[in-house]
Amino acid sequence: MNAVWKLFIVFLKIGLLSIGGGYAVIPLIQEQVVEKYSWISRNMFTDIITISQMTPGPLAVNTSTFVGLQVHGITGALAATIGCILCGIIISLLLYQFFQTHLTSAYVLEVLNGFKSASLGLISSAALTIIGFVLYGSNQPELDFFSLHWMALVLFCIMIVLLRKWKLHPLAIIFISGLAGLVFEQ
Amino acid sequence: MILKQSMKLYVWLFAANLFISAFTFGGGYTVVPMVRRFFVAKKQYFTEEDLMNMAAVAQSTPGAIALNLSALAGYKTAGIAGALISCIAAIIPPLVILTVISAFYKKLISHSIIAAVLKGMEAGAAALMVDFIIDMYALILKKKSLLLSAMIPLSFIAHFIFEIHAALILLVCCFLCMLQVFCKRRKEA
Repeated sequence: MNAVWKLFIVFLKIGLLSIGGGYAVIPLIQEQVVEKYSWISRNMFTDIITISQMTPGPLAVNTSTFVGLQVHGITGALAATIGCILCGIIISLLLYQFFQTHLTSAYVLEVLNGFKSASLGLISSAALTIIGFVLYGSNQPELDFFSLHWMALVLFCIMIVLLRKWKLHPLAIIFISGLAGLVFEQ
Repeated sequence: MILKQSMKLYVWLFAANLFISAFTFGGGYTVVPMVRRFFVAKKQYFTEEDLMNMAAVAQSTPGAIALNLSALAGYKTAGIAGALISCIAAIIPPLVILTVISAFYKKLISHSIIAAVLKGMEAGAAALMVDFIIDMYALILKKKSLLLSAMIPLSFIAHFIFEIHAALILLVCCFLCMLQVFCKRRKEA
């Protein structure tokens, strides 16, 4: 019971602080779940993000479900998921009500915009950690020339070009890169 | 009669949210067109402008955009009960799918072919993140606000290099934004 409660509280915190949807949840999960509580390894964390991209539903829900399941089965999954979404839903309803009845406040709008900017900085930080992990493939990446995973680097660059230039669908990107992994990694 | 009608509405809400959640990949903004199709075009529960307001609120509040939007659409359609039903329906598909995947995770990951596919996919997933960050950065730069633009690299440095807690970074950012509005107002007055 204690573990389930702790999952709920930690994910409540994660949900409250992840602003901007989707990827915003990643730096917080990394901070709390991977580094602070070591509930899952960084290896598994990268896998979860990859799996979340392939399955329907919001990344935040997918990730919290997966982490909850790994820590404490189905009750853990429910605790983590509900914790993660609760604050957002309540605040959304309150804020919507507020906007319906009041004129939009300059303070509220500016703070919301500011949150989006700061959140993007946090996402970038988490992304860099994940990219480092993908390219070096270990928990303590040694930043030297030889341990670099060349296939991953080349694939990563090609996928960015495909995304920026031809605006390929995210599912197509995941599919192509999975196929490339199968061909070149085996 | 009224009870029967509201029951029907609840069932519809449940089914619509179940469908939307099960068939939107990536979450976030991808749900907006889906909600439009069901709630605005098909049933006309609210207008296009309502939807835009909801989307703005959903994306600037914490948590998953898709879930927040589901809650708001449900609320607009059938009050608090509607919001609750929508949220429950929206988390069922990912919960079920991830439970199934998680059950096989350890077995899958030790399989060499799956591991190779996953390794490739990881590179693709990382590229998707970078693509998203570039898009968002461009969107924020367009606002031409020095504070908002500077906050992105500053919070990045604070988190990545100095390892400052995310909550503290957001708190400082909140304070700075309020200070800016305050100063602007005093200047104008």
